[in-house]
Amino acid sequence: MKGERKMLHTVNKSPYERNTLESCLRLAKAGSAILLIEDGVYAAIAGSAAADQVAARTDDFTFHVLGPDIEARGLADKQLIDGVAVVDYTGFVELVAEYDAVQSWL
Amino acid sequence: MNAEIATEFDTEGVQKNFMFVNRKAPYGSIYALEALEMVLISAAFEQNAVIAFIDDGVYQIVKGQDTKAAGMKNFSPTFGVIEMEKEDADEDPDIDMVWRIVVERDSMEQRGLTAEDFSIAVEVLDSAELADLMNAQDVVLSA
Amino acid sequence: MSYQLHGSTFESDEEGYITDISLWNEELADLIAQDEDIEMTDDHWEVVNFLREYYEEYQIAPAIRVLTKAIKKKLGPEKGNSGYLYELFPYGPAKQACKIAGLPKPTGCI
Repeated sequence: MKGERKMLHTVNKSPYERNTLESCLRLAKAGSAILLIEDGVYAAIAGSAAADQVAARTDDFTFHVLGPDIEARGLADKQLIDGVAVVDYTGFVELVAEYDAVQSWL
Repeated sequence: MNAEIATEFDTEGVQKNFMFVNRKAPYGSIYALEALEMVLISAAFEQNAVIAFIDDGVYQIVKGQDTKAAGMKNFSPTFGVIEMEKEDADEDPDIDMVWRIVVERDSMEQRGLTAEDFSIAVEVLDSAELADLMNAQDVVLSA
Repeated sequence: MSYQLHGSTFESDEEGYITDISLWNEELADLIAQDEDIEMTDDHWEVVNFLREYYEEYQIAPAIRVLTKAIKKKLGPEKGNSGYLYELFPYGPAKQACKIAGLPKPTGCI
């Protein structure tokens, strides 16, 4: 059973301000989903310094980013990293329901 | 807490595996203290718990904290309660819960610390071991 | 709220817990106990003193379960049970005894 458990990790801090994303990527188990929310969404922008960190791990994790937080920050027209899926609030709830547990990286 | 509200929840016989992830240094924000209170409350319900110190969270349990001159309450002695809970859970056959106090090795070493620097006894885990442990929990609470 | 003792005022919160722990003394404890309809005996003092020592060491007032367990360890099973403690402090051992001991209200108090 233990091996089949899968977690959702959320990251809500900018990768330029905190090591939150870095710690999440270090301690989340392969097969987990990672949802970038609030200031965490900055890590999803292609061509940014943080993008490499995310792009390098798309085989290990399913990445999601919260659309409303992208739009709120004026990033709607920006290119996102390949393999990062945009979700709305309903999608957020569906992810929480789909996974066994949630860890919020704050 | 309001007793009338609390009694609406029947927690009798419900036992889950909790992990408390502590990632913040002790005095710069209220997170560490609030998380500590949360851990202590979970003991009252005899829940299994892993108390994990990661990143700056390892600074919470560094020994020798003296907050007098800074004018703040020193809550580091209170981690002794967690250690005592763990010892009681280990030794007392009447207490049906398992507690672990763990520190991530990388976080500790990056900060130039060793297990000797902590005021309580901890298990030092590699990142992969900690990742497995986290993934096995029913509930993960983070601060 | 406050307590009056020998012309001095000791401030407390709305539930009667004194606000400045450092001002506590045994006479004040007796006065708080009277307010709680408790007549202090050696058995009461044993628990109150235990709580003060516990607070001194851990900087926190124990919840009832922790108190019971810790008293059982230190004073034996005939005293480390909630029946005995509720006899001494009918309105909640952790709450009432902490108040008399001059400590803050225990965390996780239900």
